[in-house]
Amino acid sequence: MHRVKLVQIAHARSGDKGDTANVGLIALKPEYYPLLAEQVTAERVKQHFAGICRGAVQRFELPNLGALNFLLHESLDGGGTLSLKADAQGKTYSAALLRMEIEVPDGLFSKDTLHG
Amino acid sequence: MIRIANGQGFWGDSLEAPLEQIRRGPLDYLTLDYLAEVTMSILQKQRSRDPRAGYARDFVEMVGRGAADIASRNLKIVANAGGVNPEACRDAVAKALNRPGARIGVVAGDNILDRLDDLIQRGVALKSMDTGEPLESIRPRVQSANVYFGGAAIAQSLAQGAQIVITGRTTDTGLVLGPMLHEFQWKADDWDRLAAGTIAGHTVECGAQCTGGNCQVDWQTIPNMADIGYPIVEAEPDGTFVITKHTGTGGRVSVASIKEQLLYEMGDPREYITPDCIADFTSIRLEQDGPDRVRFSGIRGKPATGLYKVSISYSAGFKAIGTLMYSWPDAYAKAKSADAILRQRLDRLGLRFDAIRTEFGGVNACHGTLAGEPAPDIAEVVLRVGVRGDDRAAVERFTKEIAPLALNGPPTVTGLGSGRPKVEEIVAYWPALIPKTEASPVISVKET
Repeated sequence: MHRVKLVQIAHARSGDKGDTANVGLIALKPEYYPLLAEQVTAERVKQHFAGICRGAVQRFELPNLGALNFLLHESLDGGGTLSLKADAQGKTYSAALLRMEIEVPDGLFSKDTLHG
Repeated sequence: MIRIANGQGFWGDSLEAPLEQIRRGPLDYLTLDYLAEVTMSILQKQRSRDPRAGYARDFVEMVGRGAADIASRNLKIVANAGGVNPEACRDAVAKALNRPGARIGVVAGDNILDRLDDLIQRGVALKSMDTGEPLESIRPRVQSANVYFGGAAIAQSLAQGAQIVITGRTTDTGLVLGPMLHEFQWKADDWDRLAAGTIAGHTVECGAQCTGGNCQVDWQTIPNMADIGYPIVEAEPDGTFVITKHTGTGGRVSVASIKEQLLYEMGDPREYITPDCIADFTSIRLEQDGPDRVRFSGIRGKPATGLYKVSISYSAGFKAIGTLMYSWPDAYAKAKSADAILRQRLDRLGLRFDAIRTEFGGVNACHGTLAGEPAPDIAEVVLRVGVRGDDRAAVERFTKEIAPLALNGPPTVTGLGSGRPKVEEIVAYWPALIPKTEASPVISVKET
């Protein structure tokens, strides 16, 4: 096993609903999805966003898209027009999640197929 | 098969995109989304000053510029450009079209501002979907209140012969579902097909954000972003569809670009609730169907709820945000020092705010502590400080305290070119629900 950043095996998009940010995390290849599903839990995401997310984290699975969707409650300083954040809509939280590291088995992919 | 294009992802999007959509290939429908969550309050203010205002003027200009092509191609247009004054928008569009015999439909009835007290009295609490508080707690500060209607009302307008449909507050997804309902005569309880049309609408509602815009996968290789093509739905009567774009345009429609947009602003993917149906995003099957073509199939839906969502906007105090830029050497230390000095001065003045927030652009504004410590020789840092509160005078005073730091704080500072920051009135968003029996779309079609 070795550790890789999620940016090497996944892509993401994030947006907002009020003070809640959503981050969709998508496996770059179908065979990476089980790694995401197993290791990128709601608890780990809550921990990862400790300085940003003051509320709960919910996780939803979309195996048909090889994707997970996270709701990060109380993460946008009030959200919408109330927020004083430069990123009031959490648009860059997608990339923030891709900073997380997970364990992957050796030989799952060769180095030259990696992204990021 | 019918071709339904999106020409605008939000009010403020490219003015050229809808005209390019019309001119660069075959289309049956052009849809345009103008209404963000708090747009209605801006339009409501405009209308209170001028009874003929309160709609998206950009739309009227677009119709004027595209009038010849719209006529010669027999194109149908659906836009939620009506804002809080769809009838005035219709009259302006009729003028811009400058052609007798055109049929323009209006979908109104969404504006319930005048009925709020009556609704509250009859026990419709209009509780915030975010906090659960009843609307009464902010009632005097409400500026606008509009029901989100769906695709069904748009389909009715098309059935009455409208070539252009102008709506007030409708769902973004309804703009695309409406034409499908009309063309394919889908039944009101054909939940799987309604969900398919809804998901098609969700995919294209943000314009080029599904055709390569904002796409993280191989973003450097996405061709010709300067001429990015906006999305087109090729819809089939059986509920399957392809997302594509005009040949020869830039951008990329791939399974990756589509997946990103599907997850944008997503809540529970099994319960995507609209006035028309509940769509299940976990049922979607995607496949690449040739270059810049992605095919959707397998979509399942569930019955609609008995509720409409209401978009309410209310006045929520004031805010101001100021920035200053510090250069090497010690750029980050200087910015932090300036922030501390500013806060001491605000304290000494006895100013109180509901919130004061400091971010350091180039260091942590996007990712907070996840970004780690910056390099010690970082070239420059932007200090960004914002305050929020009910006391306009205090917020105003803050703007007069941040500007002097250009001279009376840490050195090598710049970036105050446009002077003191502006005080903004905050118009906040209050989403609520009402029973469908409390509001109905009002549909009319008029010939020019």
